[in-house]
Amino acid sequence: MSFSAPSRGITALFGPSGCGKTTLLRCVAGLTRVDDGVFSLDGEVWQDGGAFRPPHRRPIGYVFQEASLFPHLSVRANLLYGRRRADRRSPGDDGVDVDATLDLLGLDRLLDRAPSHLSGGERQRVAIGRALLARPRLLLMDEPLSALDRPAREEILPYLERLHAALSIPVLYVSHDLGEVERLADHLVLMESGRVRAAGPLADLLADPALPLARLPDAVALLEALVESHDDAYGLTTVRLRGGQSLLVAGDLGRPGTLCRLEVPAAGVSLGHHPPVDTSILNALPARVVARRETDRHQVIVFLRLGPAGDGDPLLARISRKSWDDLGLAEGMSVHARVKAVALRDPRPH
Amino acid sequence: MWDAIRLTLELAALTTAILLLVGTPLAWWLARSDAWWKEAVATVVALPLVLPPTVLGFYLLIALGPDGPGGWLASLAGGRTLAFTFEGLVIGSVIYSMPFVVQPVRNAFEAAGDRPMEVAATLGASPLDAFLSVALPLARPGLLTGAILGFAHTVGEFGVVLMIGGNIPGETRVLSVAVYDFVETLQWREAHLLAGGLLLFSFLVILSMMLVEKRLRRRLAR
Repeated sequence: MSFSAPSRGITALFGPSGCGKTTLLRCVAGLTRVDDGVFSLDGEVWQDGGAFRPPHRRPIGYVFQEASLFPHLSVRANLLYGRRRADRRSPGDDGVDVDATLDLLGLDRLLDRAPSHLSGGERQRVAIGRALLARPRLLLMDEPLSALDRPAREEILPYLERLHAALSIPVLYVSHDLGEVERLADHLVLMESGRVRAAGPLADLLADPALPLARLPDAVALLEALVESHDDAYGLTTVRLRGGQSLLVAGDLGRPGTLCRLEVPAAGVSLGHHPPVDTSILNALPARVVARRETDRHQVIVFLRLGPAGDGDPLLARISRKSWDDLGLAEGMSVHARVKAVALRDPRPH
Repeated sequence: MWDAIRLTLELAALTTAILLLVGTPLAWWLARSDAWWKEAVATVVALPLVLPPTVLGFYLLIALGPDGPGGWLASLAGGRTLAFTFEGLVIGSVIYSMPFVVQPVRNAFEAAGDRPMEVAATLGASPLDAFLSVALPLARPGLLTGAILGFAHTVGEFGVVLMIGGNIPGETRVLSVAVYDFVETLQWREAHLLAGGLLLFSFLVILSMMLVEKRLRRRLAR
């Protein structure tokens, strides 16, 4: 099993429980030692053959599934535990700013409390802050949301998204929740029973016909888009895609110039031969059929590439097999993908 | 009588200090190691719980005597034997009270689990640093229980003291032996005083231990 990840952005390790995601993360941290492992960060070797750097000498931050705060220390002392040791190791290194981190994670008001007086979400935020303040060069997160209930998860996700925008170090993020991955990750490592099935940019893997992701009931395609304008009267935002097409999206996605990530659910896309007339669907994008896979006996998932030449961003459409037959669709055919403005979501709130 | 009280407190305090210094690393090793023979070591440590004090005292007497390692140690300091000396009593008490310290401390280390140590390591703490800054503070309830039990148990030991220490006033004549003495010589008033005092002391020790431990545990909960 091997993979490499870019040294910026969030790389999600995704797969079912028991596929070895956590073990992989523990090996990177040096908490678990496998004899024939090899790991290097930016060319700096942490493990190779006999060479093994113990965890306390690896510049990492590790966020465990349970916050695992030190119960005998206050929130402040927890936050500074790693910071003090990092300062001792490399004095004079400014790195991550304490105040900015506290602010980013909303920790200012919690400093003097005991961990036992925090909610689950607050505890996990402190754990993330504690890991960040130790000035890691690599942040490892092991399903940091899975031990939380739904409200706590919703409370903490916006903080993670802000973190994503602010962090300059790479993050390895273990998860078995695809929704979480779609919101946070840039890259994906798809794991299956102890092996890496595929690795690459998230948007590519989500719409890869060779992988099972597009066949999941809530499959989505991801589109990067730039906000152009906002129509207050109708509550619609116009965005421009990388291929130059424009798209109407329900809701306010931010000021013009904001880069946003649109989730396009496969079930919210329909297909036709011509630009639509007489319909409530606001968007029609020329695209080309790349592949088709059956999800069950009556539905097919159609893999598309935007643009008349079929060289743009990937898109998914889930349609009935009857529609496929009635329209006489085939791989390589040009179509118009119709997307409801209200089906589009920017998973990151502003 | 005051001699006996002073001597007993000195013996118990010194024994407890040594037990914490020796017993804590031992308890740590027992809690963390996966050596197959560690339970054999744990058994040896626990032996004084079931051995008759006279049996333990008998072997200690031989070990501390002129022909044993104790005698060799004494010869370094210009003596002939460690038996019937205060130093001998300390060595005997450490062995006799060891399980009362090691067991609660080991339990405390085991209850804290690996996770806090792993967290400390990922935050850049060396193993020794993590032991001192995380493992020890987390084991405070166990350390306290161990210290108090070790102290109280040393105050209450009788059989081993009689075997290896005899009854030398000011040197090895501790409270429990003094009570025995007073009864033998029919000095009931003195016997009553000491016995009642020890009863009260034991009650207070165990009560305060339970109260403090409860508070510590509540503070460390989660």
